[in-house]
Amino acid sequence: MKEEFKVISKFIEEKSRVLDVGCGDGILMEYLSKNKVVDVRGLEISKEKVKKCLSKGLAVIEGDAENDLKQFPDLSFDYVILSQTLQAFMSPEKVIENLLRVGKKVIVTIPNFGHWKVRLDLLLKGEMPVTKNLPYQWYNTPNLHMCTIQDFYNFCNNKGINIYKTISLNGEKISNILNSNLKYKNLISELGIFLLEK
Amino acid sequence: MGNLNKMKSILIEKTLKLDCGKEISNFPLAYETYGNLNEKKDNAILIFHALTGDQYASGINPITKKEGWWNYAVGPGKSFDTDKFFVICANVIGGCMGSYGPGTIDPLTNKPIGTNFPVITINDMVNAQYNLLDYFKIEKLFAVAGGSMGGMQVLQFVSNFPNKARVALPIACTASHSAQNIAFNELGRQAIMSDSNWKEGLYDEKSTNPDKGLAVARMAAHITYLSKQGLQEKFGRNLQERSDLKFGFDADFQIESYLRYQGSVFVDRFDANSYLYITRAMDYFDLTKQFNGNLSKAFKDTKTKFFIISFTSDWLYPTSENKDIVIALNAIGADVGFVEIKTDKGHDSFLLDVPDFLSTIKNYLNTTYSNINERRI
Repeated sequence: MKEEFKVISKFIEEKSRVLDVGCGDGILMEYLSKNKVVDVRGLEISKEKVKKCLSKGLAVIEGDAENDLKQFPDLSFDYVILSQTLQAFMSPEKVIENLLRVGKKVIVTIPNFGHWKVRLDLLLKGEMPVTKNLPYQWYNTPNLHMCTIQDFYNFCNNKGINIYKTISLNGEKISNILNSNLKYKNLISELGIFLLEK
Repeated sequence: MGNLNKMKSILIEKTLKLDCGKEISNFPLAYETYGNLNEKKDNAILIFHALTGDQYASGINPITKKEGWWNYAVGPGKSFDTDKFFVICANVIGGCMGSYGPGTIDPLTNKPIGTNFPVITINDMVNAQYNLLDYFKIEKLFAVAGGSMGGMQVLQFVSNFPNKARVALPIACTASHSAQNIAFNELGRQAIMSDSNWKEGLYDEKSTNPDKGLAVARMAAHITYLSKQGLQEKFGRNLQERSDLKFGFDADFQIESYLRYQGSVFVDRFDANSYLYITRAMDYFDLTKQFNGNLSKAFKDTKTKFFIISFTSDWLYPTSENKDIVIALNAIGADVGFVEIKTDKGHDSFLLDVPDFLSTIKNYLNTTYSNINERRI
């Protein structure tokens, strides 16, 4: 399982209710239901991936976060997870609002556009960055709203969203992001994992 | 319809109060089973048939000598794997394959009951079939499943008996029959009732039946089971065994010939009055209204795992109506999975060889069954 999922699952307490938005093949869902005895649901846009999840007996519904989150009642989950999909939405702001409405706690992972390799691509080559976590060309990328860890930090502060914990992931290296090291971590982290609460 | 004595059937002695207010008792319910019930009796699946189905879901139907209506899905190694599961399927009341229906002979008159048969509902059908659990001494079914009207029965069953099935698979169905669906059913009923042989429903099966009306009803309904794209690809404007138009009203086009054939074979196996009663039951189905406009309440406190499936080209029971069920279940935090299967085969997709559909059900059931068993140990 990916390092990112290991970090996310550490955030999650046993016997809680979890919604994995954009659950993909259901790898994290499977891990959580087996190892944390959580009651876990998934939402996924790709038919192929939904079929894979259902084949594993997982409670996954086909749908997208921008239209289908509204069917879940307020605070109906202990945790809502959004892993590396925020940048693909038409309106990330509304999605975050909805996640915070549905979940008591929200875990958001963002691919960091502030990573030094990304910055260097643009600075030296003058080309849109293509990296491991952002493997698309500018003309076929599903990512509409890229942001940096710093951007997301500012966004939460402006919106009055509480950030409980932020983890930096660089390869397999896991570290805490604090106010004091934010500028530095924004340069070296490939992913930022945020634990949020309204 | 002959061969009736070979049929398996239970006699339901206790009184069933129907939604129309009438009571019935001592009535037959014909059923068939596939696979074996295990010692723990935890591997039973009750399958509900659609409008024109019957209890012969798999193998060869002994009456029609044709393949069972869900032969693609039910059988050894198939979606509902009869090497593993014990599949039960009953003919609905109101039907014409051995269960109590308008074709049942009234011992007082020695004639079919006809339109003296009470109007029944999906709820009545489900309540009658619940007796099968007692008969087989099954405390809890592993699953209930069905497509179209079978899916409506799944929803009604789980609502009536919230703790009697671990898994529910409503496929290509709705919680509330739409105006469009009622309209198509009415078209079929009018075709039957305007056949002079119908005689207010008191025709004697042995003499002349309203076959023409029933055939037209079937032809019209059959169009609604297919998609425009599917029809176009299969038939297009192809001509039937002729090189030119004949400037008459014979079946010039293959699609005409196909529909006429569908109508003609249908009347051999189906009773016109049953068609009236069962379509009426579908029209009356409105689970949302049963719970005062809040479908979620139909499934309050349910522990059942739901898996809802719709098809992209199904315009009779479109994805949006299936999704309404998903939404109602999510509103109460029920365990629900949902996928829309991509196919151009229309509403009929659930009866056909649609590999994605068949394999997803198979994997879902097998995994869920072993997960439940693991947790119990």
